[in-house]
Amino acid sequence: MRNLRDIWVYLSASPLLHLTLTLIAYQVGLFVYRRARLNPLLNPVLIGVVTVLVALLVTGTPYETYFNGAQFVHFLLGPATVALAIPLYRQVQIVRKSALAIIVSIVAGSLTASVSAVAIAWALGASHDTLLSIAPKSVTAPVAMGISERLGGLPSLTAVLVILTGIVGAMLGTYTMNALGIRDWSARGFAMGTASHGIGTARALQVNETAGAFSGLAMGLNALATALLLPLLWRLFF
Amino acid sequence: MLGYLTVIFCCQLLGELLATTLALPVPGPVCGMAILFTGLLVRGSIPQDLAAVSGALLGNLSLLFIPAGVGVMLHAALLGRDWLPISAALIISTVLTIAVTALLMTWLDAPRSEDDGKN
Repeated sequence: MRNLRDIWVYLSASPLLHLTLTLIAYQVGLFVYRRARLNPLLNPVLIGVVTVLVALLVTGTPYETYFNGAQFVHFLLGPATVALAIPLYRQVQIVRKSALAIIVSIVAGSLTASVSAVAIAWALGASHDTLLSIAPKSVTAPVAMGISERLGGLPSLTAVLVILTGIVGAMLGTYTMNALGIRDWSARGFAMGTASHGIGTARALQVNETAGAFSGLAMGLNALATALLLPLLWRLFF
Repeated sequence: MLGYLTVIFCCQLLGELLATTLALPVPGPVCGMAILFTGLLVRGSIPQDLAAVSGALLGNLSLLFIPAGVGVMLHAALLGRDWLPISAALIISTVLTIAVTALLMTWLDAPRSEDDGKN
């Protein structure tokens, strides 16, 4: 028994254990998602996160210990963002032709995302910290955290709200656009990336290459638009 | 493969340097994406191995969000207290944003879709 405990102490201190946990949780999520023929409600990020959460709660592991191992996966978000240049380049002709639609849609989408989130949360009595932290919720995490800090919110809370927004968009986006009769893959992808950044882009890439490229483009542009517009808007109203 | 992974890392590093020194409002990786995109425009084609590396990274993009998502446990108390305004705001606002953006893209872009006839 004592030996087993020693092994556990040794393993939980090395990054291998929680890195492996993250990979296994993702495989679980992917398995369920594929079995359900990519049903958006069985989002693999959501299933993966819940699987890890259960494992951490059962073993009483704090987030910091978990992140020591998981950071190697987390780190790859940067290079993956850079790699979005490749699908984008494949769509360069369509992007060039749609320049006006892209600019108007991104400004409208960026404003809708932050203004409606703050308005709804405020109307339902959210705390001041929540209001400030939820404003950049549709923007990719590193930029959203920067914006939140400038507004006076809690960057780490913003990171969580951003992930939740991504999961909600990836789950409900398909149904929303089907209900509205939107068939164009570029419009579908663009809306996904605007509202739910990388997690929406991951979903779009799984469904259609054009949608994935436009989603990646929208994610980058929305980061730029919100970073420029939101602090200005905030100063006007508060 | 490793050569092009190095190219991607270099683009990110360059992006981080640009974003920090010029105090840009976008993060380093997004600048890195713009740098790589410019490089591809100049070159005029995508090297096969670069496509393979990017395919490997983007093919499992969902995985990369799991560690940050687990961070939800850090804010359990606040999320529990504000659960109603937060869930209402996230769900309604995200659906609304998708609707507004997709409709605008479709309306402003209608002639192009007909030209292509492939979507």
